[in-house]
Amino acid sequence: MIDDAVVQRTLDRALRTGGDFAEVFAEDRRGTSAMLDDGKVEELSSGRDRGAGIRVVVGETTGFAHTADLSEEGLAAAADAAAGAARSGTGGAEVVDLARLDAPRPNEVLVPPEDVSKAARTELLGRADEAARARGDAISQVTARTADSRRRILVANSDGLLTGDDQVRTLFSVSCVATGDTGMQTGRETIGHTVGFELFDQVEVEELARRAADRALTKLRARPAPSGAMPVVIGKGGGGVLFHEACGHGLEADHIFKHASAFEGKLGEQVASPLITLVDDGTVPAEWGCYAVDDEGRPAQRNVLIQDGVLVDYMWDHIRARKEGRASSGNGRRQSYKHLPMVRMTNTYIEPGEDDPDDIISSTDHGVYVAQLGGGQVNTATGDFVFGMTEAYLIEDGEITDPLREGNLIGNGPEVLQRIDALAGDFEMGPPGTCGKDGQGVPVGDGVPTLRVSRLTVGGTAA
Amino acid sequence: MNDLLDIGDSIVARAGDDEQVEAVVVRSRQTEIRAYEGEVESLSSAESRGVGVRVVADQRQGFAYAGTFDEDAVGEVLDEARDNARFGEPDEFFGLAEPDGVTPPDIELWRDGLGKVAVDDKVQLALDLERSARERDPRITAIESADYADSEDEMAVVTNTGVRLDGRETSCYLSVWVIAGDDGDTRTGFGYSVGREPGDLDVDEAAGDSAARATRLLGATKPSSERVTVVLDPFVTAQFLGIVGATLSGEAVLKGRSLFADRVGEEVAARRITLVDDPTDARAYTATRNDGEGLATRRNVLIQDGVLQGFVHNTYTGRRSGSASTGSAVRGYRSTPGVGCQALFLTPGEALQPELLGRIGDGVLVADVSGLHSGVNPVSGDFSTGADGLRIRNGELAEPVKEFTIASTIQKMLRDVVEVGGDVEWLPMSAVGVSLAVADVTVSGE
Repeated sequence: MIDDAVVQRTLDRALRTGGDFAEVFAEDRRGTSAMLDDGKVEELSSGRDRGAGIRVVVGETTGFAHTADLSEEGLAAAADAAAGAARSGTGGAEVVDLARLDAPRPNEVLVPPEDVSKAARTELLGRADEAARARGDAISQVTARTADSRRRILVANSDGLLTGDDQVRTLFSVSCVATGDTGMQTGRETIGHTVGFELFDQVEVEELARRAADRALTKLRARPAPSGAMPVVIGKGGGGVLFHEACGHGLEADHIFKHASAFEGKLGEQVASPLITLVDDGTVPAEWGCYAVDDEGRPAQRNVLIQDGVLVDYMWDHIRARKEGRASSGNGRRQSYKHLPMVRMTNTYIEPGEDDPDDIISSTDHGVYVAQLGGGQVNTATGDFVFGMTEAYLIEDGEITDPLREGNLIGNGPEVLQRIDALAGDFEMGPPGTCGKDGQGVPVGDGVPTLRVSRLTVGGTAA
Repeated sequence: MNDLLDIGDSIVARAGDDEQVEAVVVRSRQTEIRAYEGEVESLSSAESRGVGVRVVADQRQGFAYAGTFDEDAVGEVLDEARDNARFGEPDEFFGLAEPDGVTPPDIELWRDGLGKVAVDDKVQLALDLERSARERDPRITAIESADYADSEDEMAVVTNTGVRLDGRETSCYLSVWVIAGDDGDTRTGFGYSVGREPGDLDVDEAAGDSAARATRLLGATKPSSERVTVVLDPFVTAQFLGIVGATLSGEAVLKGRSLFADRVGEEVAARRITLVDDPTDARAYTATRNDGEGLATRRNVLIQDGVLQGFVHNTYTGRRSGSASTGSAVRGYRSTPGVGCQALFLTPGEALQPELLGRIGDGVLVADVSGLHSGVNPVSGDFSTGADGLRIRNGELAEPVKEFTIASTIQKMLRDVVEVGGDVEWLPMSAVGVSLAVADVTVSGE
């Protein structure tokens, strides 16, 4: 993307005014998406964004500038702007000679986007539309979307690091509307992996479409969700977002440093039920949140955050790790070259337990079974978090009964973690997600086995 | 500024006789400063630019974009959009906007002053904000973020169907999140101040609001589950209106995803509800002279005295529904135009919040909500969000409450509005804020 010598000179220039650390992050992202709505392929869209972000750290201050101009002149101007923003320092750091060091990719990409015809993409959409509508006349609308991207990055810094990554992601989603006497209901299914078009050799879009349609149809006979605190069973693969919100964000070192986490000062303490081992792992092959190196050039790694209920570590980026005098955990990520990196999750999951999933349900007298959670949100400082249920059922006398309408569940992270009283041996990764933090979105994955929270507030309207 | 129109002209000049070509050209300059513990934590400054090209040929549509003004790249974008159009399916209603005789509102949203303020002065605003918030109350234990940000945005739209328009806007804001602690409890609060140039900003207001929001919730407990009247704080009402606005998009209506399709002329809300989308009002943070297809924005009445009047449209949805665009195309350079409300305004009542609480008597004031994206379905109308706030007892604010949800449906909430406040707040959002009392909402707690 940029010649090594130019990168070296840009870093030298960025440190001219006395910075302690300088970094060049260059990115070239191409994306193609196609959408079908209302029975026809509406459009195919493609585009490219390319540029570099340069940061200079002086003391506690980070200066940042970005440019779409990857020429030496463009980079020099951005380096000057970043150095100017950070102000002059007395650090006197010098750039260590760059040495190229590439990390292994979690998996190979077999069919990169540039080898795929546009017609092959739009053909998938028509198949999904047909399969969804075939589920019944009540399916009144179908939207299908396919999107793929190839993101090449280069990261170099004044510590002498020079590395890069080439990330290909492919996503397919189907959303259906079902209409009946009770009004309209929606069902959605999404699949996404850090792979190329070979995704569609493993996944049948028709099957995805049928599941989305069935979800909407089921909800036509849904009753209002209950209101109040009760046991909640979460199905395998459907509920990783629970942990993403209940404790994931609270274990990001930037929140810890700013006294904005309910988990500050709790290392070594029992913060969760002994059943819980929580892992964040950017190396899981093909998962939505995997990569070879993070957006600061650090190789992805497997980080155990909670072991048997005991908090063992937080997640780290370069800046926070440097302050702490330790290594980054490979969690420094950014949305694009226009953004500063910060601590982010990758693929966050719970190691399976030993219970039988059927036993978990049959031993629940009255509660809610959530087959699929939607998004969520957390206030890391208080630990209060919510997450939506997009497919849920009532549990009555140990059996799954009526489907429920949508709603949020609410809880407090540190309390909910202690209330997990059953964990099954089954496990699945869930659908791909986009995690939002401070205005930046990055791809993340999550996974859980079937589990039960003994008491959680369900935000429905029924008594 | 004219250079954006020049780039648009150069693209459209290459259009053939049998195709429609639209170029949207965007440039923005941004500064972002975050203060922490008396120092600058980060300072970012940069310019972004991009070009998006839409081609309609043989009733098919294609789109492509690039984040650069580089001449060769821009040329490739047109070729790519043309090629993409071959893979879409035909639709007789595809087509670009044509001038419709509506004059853009006479509002000036650009301030030369923004560009003249020295970076040091902007840095000082962020530092002052952080210090002011910290010193506001001894129970403020930490500042999660204290930010100054500004933006100069320019956009031009040029088509070979006669549209050739540009617009520019400046904006800036202060935003602060604080953490308050007392007696083992932790609560957070936010404050902000918005304007078109730094002189509009009020550090004290932002800092004071954040501290008040956080400290008044200290000691909150989880309420019991019951049905009550809730009063939404202006900031929460604005978020609710944003969801209502989404159900009134012409696209949702045409594609069978709106609760309110086929209901024009019917009473869909309480009589006291008059809802207007008015991006021509310069007081709105999201005011704009022209929409994403280069048409003049206009004042669109959506609900009048509880009766549904109509929907917002872009060129495609207007044409397909047998009417016309309402100047409501929304987009960036990376996508074709969608349809959306741009500056929702709910006609206010008379009572300020204290008087309004007196009329309600008993209920819950909702100070903040979370999970609007996960617990609200604008197609089915199901509405459930996380919330915190204060009990209302005998017409007065009483003890704080936390970790509960409020639930109803969008349809029912509109009908159950019992009071609209007079406390209009102009917010950094696409809807104005005002206190709103809604009856028969389920609170779920213990």
